[in-house]
Amino acid sequence: MDRIPLLLLVAWLLPLVSFAIIAIGYSVPQFFGIRVRYSTQKYGAYISVAAIVAACVLSMTAMFWCWLPNNPLKSSEEHEGHAEHTAMASPASVGEHTPFKLVAQEKSEPSDSAATATEPTETERTAAGSNAPPTSLTGDWYVLGQFGNLRLTIGYYIDTLTVTMFCMVSFIASCVHIYATGYMHDELEDYVDHEVHLPNHEHLHRRGRFHRFFQFLSLFSFSMLGICISGNLAMTFVFWELVGISSYFLIGFYIERHSASTAANKAFIVNRVGDFGMLIGLMMIWTTLGTFNFGDMKDADGTVHPGIFSQLRLKQNNYELAPADGMIAFEARAQVAEVVRNGGDDAAVKNLITNLRNDTNAHWGQWALLIAGVGLFCGCMGKSAQFPLHVWLPDAMEGPTPVSALVHSATMVAAGVFLVGRIYPMLSPEALLVVATIGCITLILAASIALTAVDIKRVLAYSTISQLGFMMLALGLGGWVAGLFHLITHAFFKSLLFLCSGSVIHAVHTNDMRQMGGLRHKMPITAYTMLAGCLAIAGIGIPFVFGFSGFHSKDAIVEQAIHFARTNGGTHPWMWLYVVIPLIGAALTSFYMFRLWYMTFAGSPRDPHKYDHAHESPPVMANVLIVLSIFAVCAGWSLSWVGPGVLKNFGVESLLEQARPIGILGNKPGVLLSTLVIPDEHASHATAVKVPAGVSAILVALAGVLGATIVYLWESISAASLRRSMSLLYAATWNKWWFDELYDYLFVRPTHLIAAFIARVLDRGIIDGIIHSLAYIVRGFAQVVGIGGDRYVIDNAVDTFAEKTWDLGLSLRSLQTGRLRQYVMFIVVGMIVLFIVASLLVKFAVAG
Amino acid sequence: MTPYLLASSLTEPVGVRHFLVVGAFLFICGVVCMATKRNALGILMGIELVLNGANLNFIAFGSPYLRQASESIGLDGQLMSLFVIVLAAAEAAVALAIALNFYNSFNTIDVDRADQLQG
Repeated sequence: MDRIPLLLLVAWLLPLVSFAIIAIGYSVPQFFGIRVRYSTQKYGAYISVAAIVAACVLSMTAMFWCWLPNNPLKSSEEHEGHAEHTAMASPASVGEHTPFKLVAQEKSEPSDSAATATEPTETERTAAGSNAPPTSLTGDWYVLGQFGNLRLTIGYYIDTLTVTMFCMVSFIASCVHIYATGYMHDELEDYVDHEVHLPNHEHLHRRGRFHRFFQFLSLFSFSMLGICISGNLAMTFVFWELVGISSYFLIGFYIERHSASTAANKAFIVNRVGDFGMLIGLMMIWTTLGTFNFGDMKDADGTVHPGIFSQLRLKQNNYELAPADGMIAFEARAQVAEVVRNGGDDAAVKNLITNLRNDTNAHWGQWALLIAGVGLFCGCMGKSAQFPLHVWLPDAMEGPTPVSALVHSATMVAAGVFLVGRIYPMLSPEALLVVATIGCITLILAASIALTAVDIKRVLAYSTISQLGFMMLALGLGGWVAGLFHLITHAFFKSLLFLCSGSVIHAVHTNDMRQMGGLRHKMPITAYTMLAGCLAIAGIGIPFVFGFSGFHSKDAIVEQAIHFARTNGGTHPWMWLYVVIPLIGAALTSFYMFRLWYMTFAGSPRDPHKYDHAHESPPVMANVLIVLSIFAVCAGWSLSWVGPGVLKNFGVESLLEQARPIGILGNKPGVLLSTLVIPDEHASHATAVKVPAGVSAILVALAGVLGATIVYLWESISAASLRRSMSLLYAATWNKWWFDELYDYLFVRPTHLIAAFIARVLDRGIIDGIIHSLAYIVRGFAQVVGIGGDRYVIDNAVDTFAEKTWDLGLSLRSLQTGRLRQYVMFIVVGMIVLFIVASLLVKFAVAG
Repeated sequence: MTPYLLASSLTEPVGVRHFLVVGAFLFICGVVCMATKRNALGILMGIELVLNGANLNFIAFGSPYLRQASESIGLDGQLMSLFVIVLAAAEAAVALAIALNFYNSFNTIDVDRADQLQG
């Protein structure tokens, strides 16, 4: 059953191939000054589109495979309680050049926690304990390097989450690629950038760079798929940074615009801040666990190297999270050193660690676990634009709209949520509370800013941040499936919304919603597909009957929140905030989404000139919108009501359920915060939770829609008077809660001040002074050597030698008389002298 | 014995020494001729004498009859002198050409006038 890794490998590498082809075929000639013709640039887009569509088809094939009854990733412990344990097939030959082979996670014996067909009571579920690891395929494709125990590989860890992410990413990337062939059409001729003002009061004229856009889109898709498939944290980090750099290229696609290049820098730098935390998490994991692999690896001689998950959730612990020995040893460095100094051997150290582990009051190793989890979450905060690192995402709107659609739905921001979902088994309840709190703050903050934004793309950007907050909240409160389910559905409707806004911008050439209005008459397809997207994100639906995709996923989040609050509310009444804030956020979501729709498409045109020039987008763009709107409506559906059978698995939610990480079922009490309990997700589907959740979620959504309708459609209450009556709140949200200003004063200006100080004092004063005086010393020394050594000693020696040679020549000259007879005499005399000398030598020297 | 070297030569049968004496005599004559003659042709004659004196030495040392040495095939000396004769002919041709040119330039073949080579 090596077909799924192979399929996904090909799907993953195809965009890279397209990137390489475009880079070599187009950019290399350009580097040498050869201009690529516009007719040729088009083929770059075709290559890119073909690659991503093929990747999409391959991913879909892999996903349908997972729906088959005997699929290789079949859950070992299914939602409905079928404790089926299909044996994994033999190791595959995919990685035959590496010592590591495919190895299936070991099958667990049927555990009683599987029996969830009937509603179990709270105590039963807690007693049931945790779930066994999901079936996953792990292996290495290529070893980058091995340094002692540290083994850096390109490997894979494939479960149904990976497959789902692959389908979502490649599908949305395909839509965006196809849409961009229409949207970026301007780039196929010499481009006049009206937003760049040159010093001579002209606009910038430049060559179009159609192919470059697709080149980076391909790189972007490749990097994101790499994160999804990666089998270890080191590889994740590599692709994490690749996503960062490709987003940098794409956000700064209009590099000549100052705002675009600044936004690209901002996105990159803010992400670096988060990645710093991620590096700390990575170091902690490496120090304490000694591996980066998610899953277990079996090497050539059959030894199984346990990955992060199985080290932290041992089978004999019933898969409960416990700090690994390395973490305890890390925290108890002093004691371990003491034991070793006193001559203790490995067994003594082991004994010490066991004693420390049994010391239930001290919580050895918990802080290391927390630091590792929160550190990795810091990286996710940066990528997924969570408070306080959310500031880059609205500025990323400077990129072309297809990029925004990709960044905001499938690739960049999804990476953070995906990674939290991936490392979920190693997050302690305390770390999850951090995740939930950050998500909660983010969602309400961003939703409030979106209320007053007038730039159509910025409204969507803040709504993205807000929805990401929802996902983080769900994950943090224990709703693993709920959070990732919302990630998938959100990807569909948010890419739809962005592409619709792109279509609007394409038509009216402005982002400002105050200049739009009534556009639904001019561009019906865009208007009604966008309406579908708005209904989906608002979570409109009829409970238990029908719902847009966002309805299902938001419902799951609210259920989990209510369940969490019911579990913890007794001891901490403030934990009900985790219910109230998302509900307010949901109301705000539907309010600002319908505000956007009404301002753009309903009412009468506010700018008749722009309205007259508006037109529906070309078919290549409109068709993509229609396809995406279908998914936005029905991505959340499942066919579980059809009954058992093949179709039972059909649907995103049950697909995700199969990948439920090891050991996260059941109530998880905190260790450091002993009163905190992360509740069991399955229990959140109990009727006592489901009904109030469903009702409250739909009520707040409808309330938001109603509010928007009153203010912006019927205009019973004027928006201006509302603005006046809440001027302080309005000022706060209009200025984005002054986060940019705050960071400017907190970080940017102090940095500039320090930099200016360093430049003036350290650089110019001290370093330049040292260098200048060094230069003076060297010059003086050189002068001494030049005059003393060179001119007197060396020059004199050479000159004297030359003079003496000259004199010798002159004196020898007189011998050359030119008279032949004299020469003969010289010969004779010379010969005689030689004879005499020779005979004297023979007589005295040789003969003795 | 040395003072009587020449005297004893008269009483001995003809051998290498006699040839050497004649060769040395010829050589001295040639050298003196070269050193004293101002005419270029005279100098050429002196050169011929010097060469022939040397030739005599080659023949004497190369001859098995004179040296009563059986290990030699006896032709090396003669071969050498044949080379010398050929070279002398070539040299004479070159020298006569020089002399002719010199005469054309200076209207004389007095070598004392040929001091152009002086340094």
